[in-house]
Amino acid sequence: MTQLPLRAQLASALGRSAATLSRMTGRGDGSVIGGRVGLLLEPDLLRQLARDRKLALVSATNGKTTTTRLITSALLELGEVATNAFGANMPAGHVSALSQHKRAPYGVLEVDEKYLPEVLNTTGASVVCLMNLSRDQMDRAAEIWLLAQKWRRALEGKPTHVIANCDDPLVTWGASTAAKVTWVAGGQRWKEDSWCCPECGGPLDRKDADWACRECTFHRPEPQWVVDGDAAIDPRGQRWLLDIQLPGQANRSNAVMALAVANAFGVPVERALPRLREVTSVAGRYTTVERDGRFARLLLSKNPAGWLEAFDVADPQLPIILSVNAQGPDGRDTSWLWDVDYRILRGRPVFVTGERRLDLALRLDVADVPFTLCETFAEALAMQPPGRVDVIANYTAFQQIRSEFGRAV
Amino acid sequence: MPSDSALRIVWIYPDLLSTYGDQGNVLVLEQRAQRRGILTETIHVRSADPIPETGDIYLIGGGEDRPQILAAQRLRRDGGLHRAIARGAAMLAVCAGYQIMGSTFGGEEGQPVDGIGLLDISSSRGPARAVGELVAEVDAALNLPALTGFENHMGVTHLGPGVRPLSKTIKGVGNGDGFEGCYAGHVVGTYLHGPALARNPALADLLLSWRVGQLAPLDDSRYEALRKERLATVLQG
Repeated sequence: MTQLPLRAQLASALGRSAATLSRMTGRGDGSVIGGRVGLLLEPDLLRQLARDRKLALVSATNGKTTTTRLITSALLELGEVATNAFGANMPAGHVSALSQHKRAPYGVLEVDEKYLPEVLNTTGASVVCLMNLSRDQMDRAAEIWLLAQKWRRALEGKPTHVIANCDDPLVTWGASTAAKVTWVAGGQRWKEDSWCCPECGGPLDRKDADWACRECTFHRPEPQWVVDGDAAIDPRGQRWLLDIQLPGQANRSNAVMALAVANAFGVPVERALPRLREVTSVAGRYTTVERDGRFARLLLSKNPAGWLEAFDVADPQLPIILSVNAQGPDGRDTSWLWDVDYRILRGRPVFVTGERRLDLALRLDVADVPFTLCETFAEALAMQPPGRVDVIANYTAFQQIRSEFGRAV
Repeated sequence: MPSDSALRIVWIYPDLLSTYGDQGNVLVLEQRAQRRGILTETIHVRSADPIPETGDIYLIGGGEDRPQILAAQRLRRDGGLHRAIARGAAMLAVCAGYQIMGSTFGGEEGQPVDGIGLLDISSSRGPARAVGELVAEVDAALNLPALTGFENHMGVTHLGPGVRPLSKTIKGVGNGDGFEGCYAGHVVGTYLHGPALARNPALADLLLSWRVGQLAPLDDSRYEALRKERLATVLQG
């Protein structure tokens, strides 16, 4: 790597010191404050830190942190990789990640959907991985049709190689202005945001995985990679049993996206796949915490599509604790609860907690799902018989549970 | 089970306009009818399909600018909703769907777009996005408790003489003139998703009663617990 200019070196070093201080004083993991300090001293820092590295940007509504982690693991086959492993997915987090691994020739950056155009323009990343788009925290997030439009504009005219999920029509539309696209049939469980053609607004006809607009020519591109149950089918038609440890179909899809990205970096499946199998939990997601003989598996889900994926992972034989908050990072509007179909939980012991438990209680009542209302997560956990229990929580509710267990997860 | 005696709930264009938990309004109406022993039949009308004219209660929800414009075009071309309302059907129109009911609304760049003229209102794009909890006192003629819900829109809606304000805002923005929503006959428009009927079961019952007459009381403790918590939190904050 070429040497950074002096100002950028200083900005990067001071940012790292701020990050260390933040960690030492217990204020956070330092990944945002460090980058903010660096950017304040050198606004061009991200571009300079990105120069001469081969970068992949990862964006989607759901699965960003996990897929970033999987791609990073695969690229470790090539050498050192800089990454924002803890989900600090705006430019300050990217600066921090690249500063911490100054000499890493590779970088994998999780990018907030709204920031993708800006980060792509600044970093000139050669690979972009796009998985899904669906309604999410609508009181503060961008409208997704608009978001896909901005992706199109950002990708147009750049040499970027995009790896995109062609089972999601909006992602397909957002990716299709790119010079080179590798299409992955990654699946799409949540379809409520893609009944209409993103190109013309006409109805999309769907048959199995295939889709096409009834009124214009927009249709599903032919995939090069396919997720087929617990297997990946590569562009040569070879079938690979995934056998990863992360649970659920969404993670098998994330894994195949990661294999396609790794392949774009020159890492073949036979070298990438064993690396993906080593990943067991990602920033606390899917991890199991224990208290007094109760083993609680923590699932994070932040929006209706995410809840569907969490239901796929949850064990129908086990009781389940649901925790919902509506702080800033969760979105202050709980109306999305009405988009989730909770009827799948009928017949299991269901426990409801979190700051907005009364919203969820009414939602479950209308869905005819019996439940027990609990003031706190600790109370809900204490009500379980010894053994395993699943937990689904949205963002700050999840972080509160992690903090309660000392973040040792 | 379709039946002549079932209450027909028609959800208009969930493929275009259903981004804000609007399904909740459908579910609450179904639940409150069924718990009183009233059979219901719910029809989801996709935007490529004709709107049935024989529904009892029509619901239309919120959405992004582009789908809103498409929905207005299709509703005008279809004409079924106008005929249903003329036959005395009830309707709840929410957010983008509320604006569509008027003569015009603001498009993607703020340009005026033709609505379908079912309510004497016109909307345009406001200076800032109105996002947050809303509380309002309902028009005394309707005899309903306070409205509570969540609004998220950039619209400013001007009410003409052919409608009455649904409520007077205590907290929040609503139409932008101190009032929130409007009604005329059995058509109600509101900026509240939240969804509106889950947070305001009495409004759900008003829509039901317009079609089936007097309603038996229900155990509303879950609804009331949420209303109490929301109203206390929002009016305090």
